Amino acid sequence: MTVHGANSLRNGPDEQGRFGIFGGRFVAETLMPLIIDLEKAYREAQADPAFKAEVEFLGKHYTGRPSPLYFAERLTEKLGGAKVYFKREELNHTGSHKLNNTVGQILLAKRMGKTRIIAETGAGQHGVATATVCAKFDLPCVVFMGATDVERQYPNVLRMKMLGAEVRAVTAGAGTLKDAMNEALRDWVTNVESTYYLIGTAAGPHPYPEMVRNFQSVIGEEIKAQHFEAEGKLPDAVVACVGGGSNAIGTFHAFLDDPSVKIYGAEAGGHGVDIENGHAASMTGGRPGVLHGNRTYLLQDADGQILEGHSISAGLDYPGVGPEHSYLHDTKRVTYAPITDDEALEAFQLCTRLEGIIPALESAHGLAQVMKVAPTMRKDETIVLCLSGRGDKDVESVGRYLGFNK
Amino acid sequence: MTTRIPARFARCAAEGRPALVTYTMAGDPDLATAQAILDALPAAGADIIELGMPFSDPMADGPGVQAAGQRALANGQTMRKTLSMVEAFRRKDADTPIVLMGYYNPIYIFGVDAFLVAAKAAGVDGMIVVDLPPEEDAELCIPALKADINFIRLATPTTDEARLPTVLNNTSGFVYYVSMNGITGASIKNHAAVGEAVMRIKAHTDLPVVVGFGIKTAEDAARMGRESDGIAVGTAICNAVLGSLDNGKATAGTVGAVTSLVAGLAGGVKRAKEAA
Repeated sequence: MTVHGANSLRNGPDEQGRFGIFGGRFVAETLMPLIIDLEKAYREAQADPAFKAEVEFLGKHYTGRPSPLYFAERLTEKLGGAKVYFKREELNHTGSHKLNNTVGQILLAKRMGKTRIIAETGAGQHGVATATVCAKFDLPCVVFMGATDVERQYPNVLRMKMLGAEVRAVTAGAGTLKDAMNEALRDWVTNVESTYYLIGTAAGPHPYPEMVRNFQSVIGEEIKAQHFEAEGKLPDAVVACVGGGSNAIGTFHAFLDDPSVKIYGAEAGGHGVDIENGHAASMTGGRPGVLHGNRTYLLQDADGQILEGHSISAGLDYPGVGPEHSYLHDTKRVTYAPITDDEALEAFQLCTRLEGIIPALESAHGLAQVMKVAPTMRKDETIVLCLSGRGDKDVESVGRYLGFNK
Repeated sequence: MTTRIPARFARCAAEGRPALVTYTMAGDPDLATAQAILDALPAAGADIIELGMPFSDPMADGPGVQAAGQRALANGQTMRKTLSMVEAFRRKDADTPIVLMGYYNPIYIFGVDAFLVAAKAAGVDGMIVVDLPPEEDAELCIPALKADINFIRLATPTTDEARLPTVLNNTSGFVYYVSMNGITGASIKNHAAVGEAVMRIKAHTDLPVVVGFGIKTAEDAARMGRESDGIAVGTAICNAVLGSLDNGKATAGTVGAVTSLVAGLAGGVKRAKEAA
């Protein structure tokens, strides 16, 4: 899909699904024919103006796009540096950026004639967004979710059930996103003829990383236009949290070829990156390996066994990352930095008290990075955070951390 | 290619029966017991041995093989220990082919070139790596062929006529036909379709075709061995290990639990062609 200059960072992936050495199609043979079909169907959809029009129509009337670009005045004042803007993806229908992707993929699943949808979820945001489009398009939906996450994100479990989805709690491993993805892949292999696997992040075998990025790229494109309108120029920095990295790549992609724009990804630093298995910062603390259909940075031991990792945020609690981020990390276009659980909790509270916006714990990691960077910038500069999700799902667990008693 | 695999299939064919391919997990439930199991397999009737390389995230495996891998890893199994098991086995058995089976990441992290040298030196004949389809041949398949190790590919019910040549290209040793869309340990629903698929593959290749996934008993072995050149059994063996454990530890009955199951399966493959 070469549409940019030869030296553009936006040309990936190549025909093998690679971003540099990252990406690829590391799946069992059972799935390979389907993945080839999926790519073919996606290319056809991309070339079909009716598909694009339908995605845009649903984006506007169902999701509620464009989401606002909001000047966070009190936070800007408090940090004392660059002007802080929030891209309000948490105002989308279902409360996060995830619907941008599920709307696109459900239309693709329909085109492919699939009759059953499966998905994995960590925080439950993607599970809810999938259950939502399955309700709208009348398709049965099974969501795999780690048992630990079912516990810590229970409000989203209820939402998925009310939307008609079946939620399967996965008890293997640490009961988090990695285990949910393993189980979803096992289901997919078993029901490959009927089932569409609606992956929620910009990871997995080609063409998922590219496809999810493209559906999420609307975030960065809107930021660019809205920021021009507000400030008459490009932003000086953009920031997003990175678990698998779908909101981040959606935010970053439009700016990759604008060298004046600094780009920061906030990884889950958990208890600290020097604590083995105590964080989920795969680029800061991991190395390249192969898991879940792609080569990417992974948290793993010396023998190539994948570690469980840890983050207070279920949506970032994953030992890998989308392959395009690994590429952007190696090429140094994007600076990826770890944010600890405590820093994220502090940002969560600051945002809530100063702006009256309760952010998702995932997005609070991005905000914590803004809190580090904004004060080092000039007052005439701007920094945009993708506020990827709202924090309603987190109030109970954050309340427990903060010692709020009933 | 000078691996032990073609000679072993030729011998089974001369005896008028399919080969019994057994899968055990390296290091399950502990290194010493796993070695004792491995060493006892040929006498129990295994013709070809698949040795599982445990991996934390076995996406194509059902609960039986998953649990076996977790037991092995919990007891400290590593790739070096797995290769050392093959080396120790080879000191006693120069003829029985060994195929390492698992996932790519532990090999990638070991280093592909270093791994192939070590595997060949240890006496490994072939490899089955579940998450390396033909599209990723440059990673390991081509280097393995150059290192004189068979790269055995999986063909599945979704591998259609148009794709079959892609799958068979660069495959050597044998073709492993996965009897169903699913994970290890599930049940075969349509036996007739499996037979047809084997015939379809054999029309495209002279390589032996082994059927695996869903074969649990001597009866299954006899039935699935009629049209194929071999049958593979894994989950049933992992479950036999599990059934013999006491509080997760090996007992005096662990090796015997495996060898008696394998002996029964060996009886099944002997009956396969008679029944036809």
